[in-house]
Amino acid sequence: MKTDTILLDHGSGGRLSHQLFTSLILPAFENPALSEMHDGAMVDMDGRRVAFSTDTYVVDPIFFPGGDIGDLAINGTVNDIAMCGATPLFLSVGFVLEEGLPLAHFGRILNSMRAAAERAGVKVVTGDTKVVPRSAADKIFVNTSGIGLIPEGVEISSNRARPGDEIILSGTIADHGATILIQREGLHFESAVTSDTAPLNHMVHNMLAVCPHVHVLRDPTRGGVGTALNEIAETSNVGIKIFEDRIPVRDDVSGICELLGLDPLYVANEGKLLAFVRPEDTNDVLTAIKKDSHGANACVIGEVLNDHQGRVYLETPVGGNRIVDMLTGEQLPRIC
Amino acid sequence: MSIKHLGEYRDPEIARGLIEGIRKTCKTCRRPICLMEVCGTHTVSIFRNDIRSVLPEGISLISGPGCPVCVTDQGEIDAFVDIAGMDNTIIATFGDLMRVPGSRSSLQQQRAEGRDIRVVYSSMDALDMAAGNPEKKVIFLGVGFETTAPTVAASLLLAEERGLDNYYVLSAHKLVPPALSGLMANRKVRTDGFILPGHVSVIIGANAYRPLVEQYRIPCAIAGFEPVDILQAIYGLVRQMEDHTARLENTYKRAVSADGNVKALNLMHEIFETVDASWRGIGIIPASGLKIRKRFAAHDAQEAFSIKIPAAREIKGCSCGEILTGIMTPPECPLYKKVCTPENPVGPCMVSSEGSCAAFYRYHRSGKDGAEGGVI
Repeated sequence: MKTDTILLDHGSGGRLSHQLFTSLILPAFENPALSEMHDGAMVDMDGRRVAFSTDTYVVDPIFFPGGDIGDLAINGTVNDIAMCGATPLFLSVGFVLEEGLPLAHFGRILNSMRAAAERAGVKVVTGDTKVVPRSAADKIFVNTSGIGLIPEGVEISSNRARPGDEIILSGTIADHGATILIQREGLHFESAVTSDTAPLNHMVHNMLAVCPHVHVLRDPTRGGVGTALNEIAETSNVGIKIFEDRIPVRDDVSGICELLGLDPLYVANEGKLLAFVRPEDTNDVLTAIKKDSHGANACVIGEVLNDHQGRVYLETPVGGNRIVDMLTGEQLPRIC
Repeated sequence: MSIKHLGEYRDPEIARGLIEGIRKTCKTCRRPICLMEVCGTHTVSIFRNDIRSVLPEGISLISGPGCPVCVTDQGEIDAFVDIAGMDNTIIATFGDLMRVPGSRSSLQQQRAEGRDIRVVYSSMDALDMAAGNPEKKVIFLGVGFETTAPTVAASLLLAEERGLDNYYVLSAHKLVPPALSGLMANRKVRTDGFILPGHVSVIIGANAYRPLVEQYRIPCAIAGFEPVDILQAIYGLVRQMEDHTARLENTYKRAVSADGNVKALNLMHEIFETVDASWRGIGIIPASGLKIRKRFAAHDAQEAFSIKIPAAREIKGCSCGEILTGIMTPPECPLYKKVCTPENPVGPCMVSSEGSCAAFYRYHRSGKDGAEGGVI
């Protein structure tokens, strides 16, 4: 059934989002920086290389274990800039507020934004606020944009994955998505799982200090690790192989995903990164990540292959291999 | 609820031992063996763990009619879409149903056009929705097997107790054992044994399958959902073939008892009566559906709104029926991947996360059972 309207699936971060971007948005603004389809754009400004990124946050609920829409919005844009290998410096903030939002809630969100900006070492230097009538928005939507400087010699891009590269994941997957699902659906789990929302710019800084030639960096947010790896495999025109038993998933997160029929590989993260590095650099980079408080569970989860361009494979615990495809549609709860 | 994962059921060592056992047994069997996994969750687990590739050449696995959304009749889907258009109504549904295309539209399309359709994880959520929206009619779309039917029954009982007159259920529930008997009666169906569903069996108990095993002399094994569970069931089934016996094995004893969950079953029978039901692509199977009893007719959407379930219309070219009975594998369907994709599904087997077409599409690889793609 073809559709002539926007469906929620268009916002899932999976294949329909990808189609919306490539068939409508990209042609509207066509230029080399946008075509790279990286988390942030990398552009030249008067001889300096600058990373520039924007993101809009509509998470529901606005407060959740481990964070809220405020620190999520700061960390998200900080991370998008960090994934370009850049040092994030300045952020803008735009609010769309729904009539009726308690001022105390707005204050709480601003406080956590300030704290997040301090942790990341960035300044919010400009902003905008709009208020819309009740039900024209859901409580609060936040947009953040940011810029940062890319150091000399750093060349990170989604198209730079090379055969032989090892793939490092900085910690457990699916924590954020699982946390939000539990809250949103009012599921009564006894679980200590919290969102992993965190700034990754300090981690990236330490990684690049020991290894400036990291090939690819990516924070697997909406669409999860599965979608991020597919995008990299496609953009770099390489095959990727990962090993299921090496991918760290918390026991409770794994159980929640199992119950809801979700694959943790497609569940969102907000404080994790994937790094593609040459095998000779793996140890240095891994050590640098583990020094960061958000990288204690970092490990190598796979490698880049010589063939199978554009495909991601996963070796299963019983020794089989399956394709990890891009997410299609909202990951839906199962019913039996 | 506290959740802890059971690593031993994913243990590579135990898995290797079972695979070795299956290989040895198959060698002495000397004939191709075709096993049907009835449940959609098994289909997905088999793909996710790539169990096919570790099995010897002689064994093929086919999917059965165990994905509740997939077996929901086209007429029922059309009725769901129609009632979404009623005034002052909230439709509460499991997420899998959203994208299933009806003859004219889908629930997802209806939601995009402004109908109030909400995804829930349980009928209890729909009941709370009715309590929170007393001015609206809340209709829960009752799709599923014996696993979900008891909780829906409980929601109807609670609606009665709490005086929630605005809560309704449109029941399209189906029963698994009659469907298996229906399959066995169909000569085109080719299976040498059943890997029986885990969740359904927790409710109905192992004994519910005894008549099937006795009448059709078909080897059966109840299985859990981890790779080791599934391999253990397959090992049990191939050993039965080697011995030329047909038994009912329960390899999921940690969850499935002989008599099942008697309380849940009693509740289900208190609220629902058994009726003939139409299964997509298969047709009417006697005593395989659940209708809300007269006593609860005030909450029966079909009665309250005089809903007529239109007669099933076959979708041209869609082979869902053959796929749900294991007569055809998804890549053998002329529409598969050409016209029918997860973004543009023609039949429900391509929509539901547990549908065999969607699973084939997502995890496609080369080799046995008509799948395609690259192997590494």
